[in-house]
Amino acid sequence: MNVKRDVVITEVALRDGSHAIAHQYTVDQVLRVAKALGEANVPYIEVSHGDGLGGSSLQYGLSHTHEMELIEAAVSVSGNSKIAVLVIPGIGTIKEIKEAANLGVKMARVATHVTEADVSAQHLAVAKNLGLETVGFLMMSHMAPVDTLVNQASLMESYGADTVYIVDSAGALLPHQVAERVRALRHSLSVNVGFHAHNNMSLAMANTLAAIQEGAQRIDGSIRCLGAGAGNTQTEVLVAVLEHMGIVTGIDLYKMMDTAEDIIAPLLKVPQEITRDNLVLGYAGVYSSFLLHAQRASKRFGVDSRDILIELGKHKVVGGQEDMIVDVAAELAQVQAAARI
Amino acid sequence: MSKVKVAILGSGNIGTDLMYKLQRSDVLELTTMIGIDPDSDGLHRAREQGYVTIDSGLNGFLQQPEQADIVFDATSAKAHVRHAKALQEAGKLAIDLTPAAVGDLVVPTVNMQEHLDKGNLNLVTCGGQATIPIVNAIHRIAPVEYAEIVATISSKSAGPGTRANIDEFTETTARGIENIGGAKKGKAIILLNPAEPPILMRDTVYALVGEGQMDEEAIRQSVIDMVASIQSYVPGYRLRTEPIFDGNKITVFLEVEGAGDYLPNYSGNLDIMTAAAVKVAEEVARHRLNQMALGKEDWS
Repeated sequence: MNVKRDVVITEVALRDGSHAIAHQYTVDQVLRVAKALGEANVPYIEVSHGDGLGGSSLQYGLSHTHEMELIEAAVSVSGNSKIAVLVIPGIGTIKEIKEAANLGVKMARVATHVTEADVSAQHLAVAKNLGLETVGFLMMSHMAPVDTLVNQASLMESYGADTVYIVDSAGALLPHQVAERVRALRHSLSVNVGFHAHNNMSLAMANTLAAIQEGAQRIDGSIRCLGAGAGNTQTEVLVAVLEHMGIVTGIDLYKMMDTAEDIIAPLLKVPQEITRDNLVLGYAGVYSSFLLHAQRASKRFGVDSRDILIELGKHKVVGGQEDMIVDVAAELAQVQAAARI
Repeated sequence: MSKVKVAILGSGNIGTDLMYKLQRSDVLELTTMIGIDPDSDGLHRAREQGYVTIDSGLNGFLQQPEQADIVFDATSAKAHVRHAKALQEAGKLAIDLTPAAVGDLVVPTVNMQEHLDKGNLNLVTCGGQATIPIVNAIHRIAPVEYAEIVATISSKSAGPGTRANIDEFTETTARGIENIGGAKKGKAIILLNPAEPPILMRDTVYALVGEGQMDEEAIRQSVIDMVASIQSYVPGYRLRTEPIFDGNKITVFLEVEGAGDYLPNYSGNLDIMTAAAVKVAEEVARHRLNQMALGKEDWS
């Protein structure tokens, strides 16, 4: 059955949302979510540790359940929806992409920091050879000027990416900056352009609409905002907004709303909202998954989590450097103790 | 004291940095620099310093094999597979700085003594050289169930070889954490940071020791001793803070500043490889010289 879709949405709650629940998804939860998303006709559902395949670690948090079991579970119930995985070279490896492909995954998204696209060449090529749809995912896109972003995106296109995403991992971009970036990529690339937002500054929806207006064909959303930091563009809200704009997503709005209310909301210990720490993530331009780690370090070292996040922003820390959080917190605690003497 | 003759294969950044480090050795005598591009900066500098230079690759060296008993290979993993065979046939010890891992993996402060008579030694990875000794320092006190390392290096110090095959780093390092470090299970992560000015190499080691095995004071001391012995050949290697203990978990933050011989100071990741390579060769050379001395005594 071919559904007409003007914009193709990837639901990331089972990957990005893993950060928000400290990577504690169970098989049962994934079965319920993936089945409901499949019934709502969501085209792609991403399932992985929050930091991608192989992300289960002391650095990022150990998974409650091995991600391959979660992937297998999602594939078994998702119906027409395709399962995607994320892999960050340097963390996950080709071995894990192959394992996921064997379980029935249809799309591999290969992520690098916005200036480091060349480490994705091998992984994109392997994914392509396995017959997977391929996505290049340029994280922390706010940290590079537009021409660098264009160069790096072109590299990913040359490695075989079917789509290249602008990823606002920190939720730091403003709508005119998103528009400028999408416009530049649409002009330079012949493959699809995608956009992934975070809502830390309450701009996920505005940024997503700016991206779509400039011609982005792929968009990420997280149902009930179940993503790192303040979450992503809220998928069910986006579906409703786009419907009013006459843009077809092919997703069943009522079923999405019900899934959000009945299945996703109970998973959350606290609702996803823009707390002061989330706001600081966007304001300081820091990777959204640092949130829980900064809060833990704040407790341990008795330092304001906002100071930790701002300091990390000053250090120009990139995605994945969670070890810097404890390092910076320990340093701040020392400085503040010295200042009190 | 007599010295063992060595040659450098590969006249790029790594090979050239090695040249400067070898000049300080009291047991190694660098005689020859081997490259494939006569105009390379490395061969230029070697010529200026008065070394024999060969611009026809390993084949050129094999025409005059008496030039060296130990050959450092600073080319590429692919080339090393070929070089390894030829050097073995010529009876030369190959010290391999590429990720080829044809020979045994060595980390000078941990498993050098078992490898003094081998024909091909591999230096694991930069992250491995920086972190495996720490895993082992902990393991000596309390058996390590799981160890994980995160190496963050500046984008500028990650060469095309590393970038084109980044899985080799994570897989080889993880293997070293287990086989050399002693951890039951190992994991490695590498991150590239493009900040300007370039950051120094940072390494974080997480280790979980068995239930009831934690001995904070002994582990702390063992780590500090290990850092000191690495500093004897990598002066810019240091702890960023005291080890952090949390239940059965130990976290160690490290930083590696390069010596700035040829490579810039920030590329501690490359410096620790060239420094470890020299250290390995020196240990082998001392062993050989001692054996020769003993041999002479026997004959007298």
